[in-house]
Amino acid sequence: MSIDTATAARVAKLARIRVDDDALPALAEEFGAILGFIEQLQEVDVEGVEPMVSVTPMRLPRRADEVTSGGMADTILSNAPDAREGFFAVPKVVE
Amino acid sequence: MTELTGMTIASARDALRKGEVTSAELTEACLTAIDGADALGAVVHKTPEIARERAAAADARLKAGDAPDLCGIPLGIKDLFCTEGVPAQAASRILEGFTPPYESTVTRQLREAGAVMLGKLNMDEFAMGSSNETSVYGDAVNPWRRGNDAAKLTPGGSSGGSAAAVAADLCLGATGTDTGGSIRQPAAFTGITGLKPTYGRCSRWGIIAFASSLDQAGPMAKDVRDCAIMLNAMAGHDPMDSTSAELAVPDFEAALTGDIKGKTIGIPREYRMDGMPEEIEALWAEGRKMLEDAGAKVVDISLPHTKYALPTYYVIAPAEASSNLARYDGVRYGRRAQLAQGDGVVEMYEKTRAEGFGAEVQRRVMVGTYVLSAGFYDAYYNRARKVRTLIKKDFEDAFADGVDAILTPATPSAAFGLGEMQSADPVQMYLNDVFTVTVNLAGLPGISVPAGQDRNGLPLGLQLIGRPWEEGDLLNTAYALERAAGFVSKPEKWW
Repeated sequence: MSIDTATAARVAKLARIRVDDDALPALAEEFGAILGFIEQLQEVDVEGVEPMVSVTPMRLPRRADEVTSGGMADTILSNAPDAREGFFAVPKVVE
Repeated sequence: MTELTGMTIASARDALRKGEVTSAELTEACLTAIDGADALGAVVHKTPEIARERAAAADARLKAGDAPDLCGIPLGIKDLFCTEGVPAQAASRILEGFTPPYESTVTRQLREAGAVMLGKLNMDEFAMGSSNETSVYGDAVNPWRRGNDAAKLTPGGSSGGSAAAVAADLCLGATGTDTGGSIRQPAAFTGITGLKPTYGRCSRWGIIAFASSLDQAGPMAKDVRDCAIMLNAMAGHDPMDSTSAELAVPDFEAALTGDIKGKTIGIPREYRMDGMPEEIEALWAEGRKMLEDAGAKVVDISLPHTKYALPTYYVIAPAEASSNLARYDGVRYGRRAQLAQGDGVVEMYEKTRAEGFGAEVQRRVMVGTYVLSAGFYDAYYNRARKVRTLIKKDFEDAFADGVDAILTPATPSAAFGLGEMQSADPVQMYLNDVFTVTVNLAGLPGISVPAGQDRNGLPLGLQLIGRPWEEGDLLNTAYALERAAGFVSKPEKWW
């Protein structure tokens, strides 16, 4: 299976990972090898087979819709690369 | 010193209760061993203050006669577990500086049982790898060598630091996590015992996520009994993890009778791979004989979709990883890239993730992004989930036919040299998981037991796969295998 550099660039963009243009051919080749390996799945007869949702047959539990935790903004912000006045800070997004 | 750090958890527990040794002494011996083992690269964040404090508290509990099994036992914790106030990086640059203000459920349970945390252990970045070579901390090194050859070998991955630390007697036991074989393969490479419990047995809360439908924490220890003791403390329902099972936790240690008479052990013919080394084949045959001699009935079985397990895994795991790892964007925790004048939020994401993630993590995030992208979702992701259903059904059919456990090799080879796989394409490295990955896809418990050595003296492991939720029965079969194999070799200290 071959992947072109345009596809590799598109995937990198979707994954929000910067990849330099000169690194794209090698990346495309690696994708090709991995996708080639995955390609074997096409030969399996999956007609009528349900896609697995949960590996153990279980119903996702529900709990009462009430606040169980919170009020710890400082603790949460303590690991932020940039936090100001009780908020996470990021580069300007709106002009 | 060696005598103390070389103890099993069970023998240390008994000695602590009899007052023959204190947790402070045991802990000090481990801390000294750790300081002398930097060459192994196993311990990446040492926590001696925490260790001494917990040891003192454990000694007080022991004195008061209120001592659970793990009270005072020094353990290592894989870097994937969040522990309060101690850096947790998942061996990634992107989590540099992250200090969780909370404790994972598994480590909290260990802590409440009185266990002593010695430090955080090396691993592959985000648990993605089979050789511990993708770690931002550098390689963990296997304490075993090929005879007198000084070439450094991998302890396996991703729980490579845990395996090296236990094998080198730096701690009495360690936590690991297993998404495709990350407990069992390193255990096999280092001559220790590692158990991946049934999916849902141990809470995933507070463990940095890789592939949520496959990840499961488990014990890595010096023998089967120690794994059982650790699992007793690690397991249990947790409302904080919606996939954790609301099931009672039996006493796994009590299940160890060594009596497997009348049990049926399946040998799956599809696990006989082309090009499998003779030594692995011979070990597998020996294991079969050992279980037969112990009174089990051994039958040949078929798990017809085995061949498709790895490609299924390499769709599902990257897909889930690409989603789980989307949170690392340089906003809430960890490292943010240096930005240039005029860079906006998208540049921040892209630069942060490019410099924060290593090559293998980037590769898997992008493969996951690709298989989930519009136009490919059905062809790859949905198809893989259907094949996963078939893989699980293979096991269900075998169990329905009366099979109690399945015996396979743990790995396709003994430990390989660090750097040896560097030039190979990524798929070659993925083949390490060929015998273990099916177990994660089917959500089953699996254990690796050291059972022999190759011609260079390196340890080799056999894997037993059990029925869901029957870790007790699985551990007992493993116990019988362990007793028959009589593996007692230790690596010669060179570090």
